[in-house]
Amino acid sequence: MISIPMEYGLTLAGILFAFGLAGVLMRRNVIFILMSIEIMLNAAGLAFVVAGSKWHQADGQIMFIFILTMAAAEVSVGLALVLRFYHRFKTLDADEASRMRG
Amino acid sequence: METLFYISSVIAVIATFMVMVKKNVVHALLYLVVSLLAVALVFFVLGAPFIAALEIIIYAGAIMVLFVFVVMMLNLGSKDAERESEWLTAETWAGPVILAAVLLGEVIFILLHRTGPPFSPEIVGSRQVGVALLGPYLLGVELSSILLLAGLAGAYHIGRHFEDEGRGGGRP
Repeated sequence: MISIPMEYGLTLAGILFAFGLAGVLMRRNVIFILMSIEIMLNAAGLAFVVAGSKWHQADGQIMFIFILTMAAAEVSVGLALVLRFYHRFKTLDADEASRMRG
Repeated sequence: METLFYISSVIAVIATFMVMVKKNVVHALLYLVVSLLAVALVFFVLGAPFIAALEIIIYAGAIMVLFVFVVMMLNLGSKDAERESEWLTAETWAGPVILAAVLLGEVIFILLHRTGPPFSPEIVGSRQVGVALLGPYLLGVELSSILLLAGLAGAYHIGRHFEDEGRGGGRP
């Protein structure tokens, strides 16, 4: 029988989320920003699954499925925006978007 | 089995760190795939085999393939990696990293301040998940189907013809 402290799973989720947060804040490349958002969503789902596993309930896994659905929709729209952005500005610098003007 | 949990946790943390610091987009994507696979192993150890399979199929499979296709279409090369290292100067990343590290330290302090007894995960299989998903969470399933439809239509609308942008720059 295995036994894992719940705090360790939540700490892992916190570390991954902090990495994603730092990546969003420090990168200027739009693709890296999207990847960091994926990391953050995955870490949030990990926290849900750890909590659901602690109480032996399926609810945490269901929240993960919803997060997964949302991440898939978000990344498809986000990558379409990245393609559009690149064709318009010929760069991936997120600062260029400040000159978009509608 | 606990050892599997700790090993894959360490791999996930290292791979995610490499995603943050890598300059080349493709290298970072490969590290991200490794990180997602390690998290899938954590899910398996935590007694969620269905979620582990979904993580591999959808995250490490579908979403990462989307990223790889976009990177291929953008035709990024070594010049972009050099520009990436120009953008990543110390004064750029120091502030956000310090702030995120402080927040992470607070979270870890709160979590480890009062530890409960360790729990032993039981396998919650796909049957239980499916019954709960189509029972009390049916409204959520419908809402996520609407969300996916909106994402499909939005991605189609945003991603169609690029030809008029390079010259005129105006919207159609």
